[in-house]
Amino acid sequence: MNATFAQRLMPALGALTLAAAGLLPMAAQAQGSLVLYCGVNEDWCRAASTAFERETGIKVAMTRKSSGEILAQVKAESSNPRADVWWGGTGDPHLQAAEEGLTTDYKSPKVGELQDWAVRPWEQTKGRTVGIYSGALGFGYNAKVLKSRGIPEPKCWADLLDPKFKDEVQVADPNSSGTAYTLLATVVQLMGEDKGFEYMKALHKNVNQYTKSGSAPAKAVSLGETAVGITFMHDMISVAVDNPDVKTVAPCEGTGYEIGSMSIVKGARNLDSAKRWYDWALTPAAQEFGAKTKNFQVPSNKAAPTPPEAPKLAEIKLIPYDFAKYGSSDERRRLLAKWDREVKPLSK
Amino acid sequence: MAPAAKAWLVAAWAGYVLAPWYLADPLSALGSGGGLWLGLTRAPWLLPVGLALVAATWPLARGLDRTRAARWLVAAGMGGLAVLWLQGFAVGLSGWGLGLASLLGAPGPAQGGMGLGAAMTATSLLMLFCAGLAGLGWCRGDAFVTSSIGLVVALVGLFVLFPVLTILGSAAGTPGGGASPALFVSRLADPSIWGLGCLAGNGTCGVAWNTLFLAILVGLGTTLLGLAFALIATRTAFRYKKALRLLSLLPIITPPFVIGLALILLFGRSGAVSALLFDVFGVPRSRWIYGLPGILIAQLLAFTPIAFLVLIGVVQGISPSLEEASQTLRARGWVTFATITFPLLRPGLANAFLLGFVESMADFGNPLVLGGNYEVLSTKIFFAIVGASQDQGRAAVLATILLAFTLGAFWVQHAWLGKRSYTTVTGKGDSGLAPPLPRRVAWLCYATAIPWALFTFAVYAIILVGSFVKAMGRDYTPTFEHYLTGFRIEQTPQGLFFSGSAWNSLFVTLKVAVLSAPFTAAIGLLTAYLLTRQTFAGRRAFEFGTMVSFAVPGTVVGISYILAFNVPPVEITGTGLILIICFVFRNMPVAVRSGIASLSQIDKSLDEASHTLGARSFTTVWRVIVPLLRPALVAALVYSFVRAMTAVSAVIFLVSAEYNMATTYIVGRVEAGEFGLAIAYSTALVAVMLVGILLIQLLVGERRLGRRTALAAAPAPALASS
Repeated sequence: MNATFAQRLMPALGALTLAAAGLLPMAAQAQGSLVLYCGVNEDWCRAASTAFERETGIKVAMTRKSSGEILAQVKAESSNPRADVWWGGTGDPHLQAAEEGLTTDYKSPKVGELQDWAVRPWEQTKGRTVGIYSGALGFGYNAKVLKSRGIPEPKCWADLLDPKFKDEVQVADPNSSGTAYTLLATVVQLMGEDKGFEYMKALHKNVNQYTKSGSAPAKAVSLGETAVGITFMHDMISVAVDNPDVKTVAPCEGTGYEIGSMSIVKGARNLDSAKRWYDWALTPAAQEFGAKTKNFQVPSNKAAPTPPEAPKLAEIKLIPYDFAKYGSSDERRRLLAKWDREVKPLSK
Repeated sequence: MAPAAKAWLVAAWAGYVLAPWYLADPLSALGSGGGLWLGLTRAPWLLPVGLALVAATWPLARGLDRTRAARWLVAAGMGGLAVLWLQGFAVGLSGWGLGLASLLGAPGPAQGGMGLGAAMTATSLLMLFCAGLAGLGWCRGDAFVTSSIGLVVALVGLFVLFPVLTILGSAAGTPGGGASPALFVSRLADPSIWGLGCLAGNGTCGVAWNTLFLAILVGLGTTLLGLAFALIATRTAFRYKKALRLLSLLPIITPPFVIGLALILLFGRSGAVSALLFDVFGVPRSRWIYGLPGILIAQLLAFTPIAFLVLIGVVQGISPSLEEASQTLRARGWVTFATITFPLLRPGLANAFLLGFVESMADFGNPLVLGGNYEVLSTKIFFAIVGASQDQGRAAVLATILLAFTLGAFWVQHAWLGKRSYTTVTGKGDSGLAPPLPRRVAWLCYATAIPWALFTFAVYAIILVGSFVKAMGRDYTPTFEHYLTGFRIEQTPQGLFFSGSAWNSLFVTLKVAVLSAPFTAAIGLLTAYLLTRQTFAGRRAFEFGTMVSFAVPGTVVGISYILAFNVPPVEITGTGLILIICFVFRNMPVAVRSGIASLSQIDKSLDEASHTLGARSFTTVWRVIVPLLRPALVAALVYSFVRAMTAVSAVIFLVSAEYNMATTYIVGRVEAGEFGLAIAYSTALVAVMLVGILLIQLLVGERRLGRRTALAAAPAPALASS
């Protein structure tokens, strides 16, 4: 029996070794291909890359990751870059990559067609990153949960400090999420640094959980696990279209916003394809794929129609968000350290 | 020179002369060709490798005697490997490396990643080196043993220690790229890591204490539950054993996030059980599940099967005749259990605890979903790397702490086991009959295992239901929509077309899992054999080296693999190979642990008998030890197969467009709030893995020990083997 056992396994092992060798890289960097790191939702990534493939014949190898993961990966790969274009995801990591010289500048002929807010990061980074969509910060609530607890529906940032909301507000940890960092930077700009931190401390008493991911509170609101969640409005709208109990609010005092961005990786192997993607992604037709896949951000091309579900930026009081200052590594590190020191350890 | 060594010599020359030295990369300036040809024309730094090969061939050409030939082989092997390694770093992708640019002028020559030829030459040189050592009398002159040690050390060094050291080196790194010991100290002494606020009653405890506390609870809990299941499965006449066994295995084959999600749907504030308690008993809905209780429950669910897999082999291996002897001496059932059975279980218990402890520390999915405000190291490390602060140095410090805890647990385990002998499987046929469990112990086992099994059942019922309804928790309309989105197959004129969005990742995942499992088992059990049966210098360090990859959190492994393997000499990012290698070395420790637990029960006299009959080590391993190791082999194969299908954090950075994994797809669905599709895909994966496990069981078969069954009249033959 033992001999047959050995005889049975030996050829199997041999075959496996050969099969594994077959997985060795056949580095396929043929002409007309593009490696895309995509930072928006999977559906959107897929729809856009398929459409681009169909239009140009360029083969797109797309990988979807969160923007923090992409930055970490681009940084780790910087001595032998794998990616060509980094498309989508909140603007801060793009700014950081530009600051660290991980991305390269490009002047697309389409830049002239963009909204001012989309061109500003491009000017600020000397052409290394450009805005492709934007979304305002806000919060959402579960009307059913609020009703069952007899809590009035919140309209403003200040309403969230009401003791009735104790243990009912959920927001991400700014150390892990760009969304929550945008909240911190927003209240600091809206109220001034001292008052802003007073606000965060008061809000801390009502927060039931600092989640890791920025959009997690939206799902918790939909499930009824929390009454209120602070997220980007388009994240909240994405769950609201499936669940009528979820309501999205643009805070009455005014609010900050993110600029979803795009950059070309420095040392890209397929630079020509990367530029074609860049130009294409700024066209109105390409920007419509967001709304088609239920992502309700505001597109950056002036001619692209804003989806009806998207928050009307014109009707929201947007603060003049200072991306140059609050997007810089030093300022971010300082604010995060201060939040860690002064807000997080407080008892509730 | 031994025939094996001659074969390796041929392989070395073939790798150097015939096979393409570099990877096929159109960007490479050197083009393709064998190492010798390139060395003579464009890459002179490859010529010293040829010198080493000549030196290795020298004794054969001159017909030197055994000892002198061995010396030549050792020198040639060591020199060749050193030259190969050095030139790989000295001539980098874009010019001189290792700081040579300032000496020799930039940019200098460039070369790409090593290909088939280089890999063949390097492996052969290593084997020649080991053959030389055996020739000098190392390990009693046994070339199989020296080669095995050499191979495992080289692989662990290359694929575990090299990347981990690359990233731990950044623990003292400043954001600007420099290094500062003071920064390292301040990072290490951070009160958010070591604070003890919770003991004083104000604030929270540091993340290090949280992690340690949780890991100890999980280690103890999984060991106890695993023991209860193992005892019921082997020592009682419990009627639903098979069902219990299957149920206890379900959690191990469940993709991460899913257990956490199911727990929220059951016990969350709006969960099914919470709603019931509220409606019927007026228990207020609360958020108790988020935090320590939630993570603990989820991890116990997830890791008990690992303890069970380790323990069942050990319980089966305990020799019944010892227990019979005890009973013959009029010891009561309970006394026998406490003084004979339980002490013999110690290696199993210690290994099960160690695995539970380390798994809990490295677990990432459950704390992410259920953690609430209870911070643990693994999530903290992940967000130190990818979060808004992007602080790799801090991540490295936290990873070092995690490693230190694992080292500690490892040391404690060794101290507890001590130097006692746990041998119970000997060459002498054991005609004893395992006594039934003492009633007290049996009831304890039932009381622990059955409620737990029911609970597991409830969790899985929720998962199954969740995949067939529109939106779990809100809309219970039955639907197949989720399965159709993921797994639609269309009949087209060209044949079947897999149009579902999940097919691609499922196929890749299956391929990677099927390929990595046998390698994991082979290298793990080989390591276990070396650790338990051979004595050599640095054995303890070697043992720890094999545990390192397990203790390092997946995220850190992922990033370190990019840092180490994205540039030549070993350039494998973006391939399927890097996924397989990552899984093999991440899951190897489980194979090692279960191998050690089983091997410490098998009497060395079996090996010795085989040796006496003239068998070489390799033959002994193949024909005596491997068949006796079947439970450990099953555990190793199952575990690595399943882990390759369910791991998340390590592969997030390693997947590419071509090689995407099922779990990253599921995480994407969870992020997008499509719980239905995520759960449906997970259910499908569970089904696939069940089939896989059954196939593994079928292929490996059961270990047949010479044990009597209760009905057998005559004693069974010594060791059932033909």
